[in-house]
Amino acid sequence: MKNKERIIAICLSAIFISLPCAIFANETILKELEKEVRASGVKFIKFDTTAGEKIFRGEKVHSSGEKISCMTCHTPDPKKSGMTRANKIIQPMAPIINPERFTDIAKVQKWFKRNCNDVFERECAPQEKGDFIKFMMSIK
Amino acid sequence: MNAFTKLKWPLILVVLLISLSSLNLLRADDDDDEEHHEGKAKIGGVYKINNRADFQLPINQKWKAECSSCHMLYLPGLLPARSWTKMMSTLKNHFGENAELDPMAQKEITDFLVQNSSDRVHTRRGDKILSSIGSNEEIQRISETTYFKRKHDEINSNVYKRKSIGSPANCIACHPGAEKGNFSEENVRIPKDIPAKIK
Repeated sequence: MKNKERIIAICLSAIFISLPCAIFANETILKELEKEVRASGVKFIKFDTTAGEKIFRGEKVHSSGEKISCMTCHTPDPKKSGMTRANKIIQPMAPIINPERFTDIAKVQKWFKRNCNDVFERECAPQEKGDFIKFMMSIK
Repeated sequence: MNAFTKLKWPLILVVLLISLSSLNLLRADDDDDEEHHEGKAKIGGVYKINNRADFQLPINQKWKAECSSCHMLYLPGLLPARSWTKMMSTLKNHFGENAELDPMAQKEITDFLVQNSSDRVHTRRGDKILSSIGSNEEIQRISETTYFKRKHDEINSNVYKRKSIGSPANCIACHPGAEKGNFSEENVRIPKDIPAKIK
């Protein structure tokens, strides 16, 4: 096998191994959230992309009069970079662009806890979190 | 060919080497100079030079990860321990946002900030900010100190509203070395009014 062919073979193998790992990681978090839905006594049917998009685009008017949604910081396009209120760049949400997204369960739970409070002034239910992630994963 | 011609290039090389090494000697640190403390940081009684490669910036990975996801990394030496303690105990409402951490991370970061705060580790900027606030004042915003206001008195408030800057809290927009403690005027670059770059 020539060197060039060897390199191609290694690259292809790396892709074939890492792709399932990324998909697997996303699926792991959905499995975790499914468990939480059931544990909360709610009947689980499935995680829904349309419901997830509604959460992402849903606006809430705060007592200050300010209208906030996830899009305020993440922009309407999950494939684009967003910006925090302190002008720090936020990496894209869509796993198709940013494969690291939704692979670290602890990180995901931390940010849901904070940002659901920031936007909706309450915690998000496990069903909502799953719907949201399902929507993000559906973006091509 | 006389002797000088033969030795011309070796001689030039020797002269060059001597002059270069003497330049290095002149640039040696001036720890001996007790009078001139400007730009030096005192760590454990030993003076280190601010904004130079040999200045030891405090680092903690958890702090870096947790405290720079939404804003630039503010060095602990900019505020006194009392300010950090207050900030870290009110993360539920951190300048209008929820920045709560798990208890272990909260403790680790608080300890790091307090141990490297301006009343424990002296730096030029930290000392100046400290001397411009009351001894019991738990200042949260550096931009509200008289020191900051004095240093920025030439900046029109409209400048902060530029999309690329946003607010006085976004030091790094004009002070590229801010996360390394470099706020020197000579390194300032105020961006023009360009729309926020969304990649």
